[in-house]
Amino acid sequence: MAVSAHRAAGCARLVPSQPHGVGCRKTGSEHATIILRSIRIGSGAGYSGDRIEPAVELAEHGDIQYLVFECLGERTVALAQQARMKDPDGGFDPLLEERMRAVLPICAAKGIKLVTNMGAANPLSAARKTAEIAKSLGLSLKVAAIVGDDVLDACKDSELPLLEIDGTMKQLGNRVLSANAYLGAAPMAEALSAGADIVITGRASDPALFLAPMIHAFGWAMDDWNLLGQGTVAGHLLECAGQITGGYFADPGFKDVEGLARLGFPIGVVGEDGSLEITKVAGSGGAVTAATCKEQLLYEVHDPVRYIQPDVVADFSQVKIEQVAPDRVRVSGGRGTERTATLKVSVGYVDGFIGEGQISYAGPGAVARGRLALDIVRERLQLTNVATSETRFDLVGIDSLHGAALSARADDPYEVRVRVSGRTETLREAVRIGNEVETLYTNGPAAGGGATKSAREVVAVVSVLLPRGQATPSVRFVEASS
Amino acid sequence: MKLRDIAHSRTGDKGNISNISVIAFDAKLYPLLVSEVTSERVKALFAGIVEGAVVRYELPNIGALNFVMDQALGGGVTRSLALDAHGKSLSSALLDLEIHGGFGDTEPAP
Repeated sequence: MAVSAHRAAGCARLVPSQPHGVGCRKTGSEHATIILRSIRIGSGAGYSGDRIEPAVELAEHGDIQYLVFECLGERTVALAQQARMKDPDGGFDPLLEERMRAVLPICAAKGIKLVTNMGAANPLSAARKTAEIAKSLGLSLKVAAIVGDDVLDACKDSELPLLEIDGTMKQLGNRVLSANAYLGAAPMAEALSAGADIVITGRASDPALFLAPMIHAFGWAMDDWNLLGQGTVAGHLLECAGQITGGYFADPGFKDVEGLARLGFPIGVVGEDGSLEITKVAGSGGAVTAATCKEQLLYEVHDPVRYIQPDVVADFSQVKIEQVAPDRVRVSGGRGTERTATLKVSVGYVDGFIGEGQISYAGPGAVARGRLALDIVRERLQLTNVATSETRFDLVGIDSLHGAALSARADDPYEVRVRVSGRTETLREAVRIGNEVETLYTNGPAAGGGATKSAREVVAVVSVLLPRGQATPSVRFVEASS
Repeated sequence: MKLRDIAHSRTGDKGNISNISVIAFDAKLYPLLVSEVTSERVKALFAGIVEGAVVRYELPNIGALNFVMDQALGGGVTRSLALDAHGKSLSSALLDLEIHGGFGDTEPAP
């Protein structure tokens, strides 16, 4: 079974493990060669709207045993909860069916296990839907849902303090839409060990989606902090899919990347000792280099010594990254310390409305007309008493991204886009902001074009820390309804 | 010389906190990053954008610095009025920072 075996760190050798983690046992010899089991995990999506076909490529040509789809952003679960309020069977990822139909036949044929957080606010319905899709494709697959991340009852009206802003859960009151704990890898690993082909969770830590197959395949102890720390490094590097294979990286002339239109998604080759190499399907676009891995290692990381996860506090500070072959990078040195007593909970709440309007000006004097337009709208919002708690007046192409000070050094561009946005208490007020931009057509500076406007309710997210005993995750296997 | 000539960078977001990595293309230039790209300079660069503290973490193993900037995203990604609510474009501004000292100047500042 030692197909595609390769040299790993030191004198250890990695061989692919059986899908259920019953491959070769660790053995020693007089030459001190250790045979280590390894698994290959593909990362098939880095956010809910991500490209579909790179996952198909991974399943077909990646020689992977596990495929992970990370599709649940910080706020997505709160929006999904709103969808579930309208439809009790809804509230899971809108692209679930398209992704499942694209990869399930290949995964079934090759025995690739699938792990995803596409369950969003309704993992059970997502699992039932997936079981129906599998059945309609003539596939016999065991589908498990992980439930228990919804901790709204435990949090609502509690005195738990909000981490990012002043106040408590109780003070948010009726504005709260959802409260979901970041679950760890254990329930997902349990589902895999119970024979699940597809594991669908709601809110779980993103690296845990990848840690679960490692724990399942290698039987890692849940208090082996260093292994869990290194496994978290692997999961963290893989969770944003294309961001480690050359996506979100290219800067022509400084950091060139070929083939971004057909970007290959990453594969993590993980050994039972935590050894890790990042690679991708040969011939796909993009690149796996030490530089792409370093950028992703620090992505969304604060103190590198304390990257707090549900299962471990990972330590990235001693990580080493080395290119061992083209599109093949070895990552070692991840460590960990004991997990914390609490779980982070993401709380979605209604936070007023945002109204916005945009319009463009071009040619000589475009910037001056854009500034005149902003002045007019500013005055109009006052004259017509639009109640806002915060506003922003931008010239896209001039100062919309980094403000006046940093933008002052640039020459005038050929065209600019006026953008006005404001925070309001009501939708009615929010709509009036866009209206005041749109009416620049006939009332504002010469030759404004392409006006757009929008108004939306804001679902914001804050966090609280919940004693971990108050979240009780469990595994539920589901069948397709006939 | 600009920071962009010797380092690359990526921005990440969590709530109202932005983090920006600064990674030396050549590990030998890491000490130059340490001496030149201070949290004080980063805080000054982003005056008007970053309202909170800027904390710098050092990762000599990979030749990188990590800047964590508090109150940097207009009240938070999910409620910001900004066009780039995530602050993903901030790394490009940081790479325009002027760097003093040449490629041979690799001793950390005292």
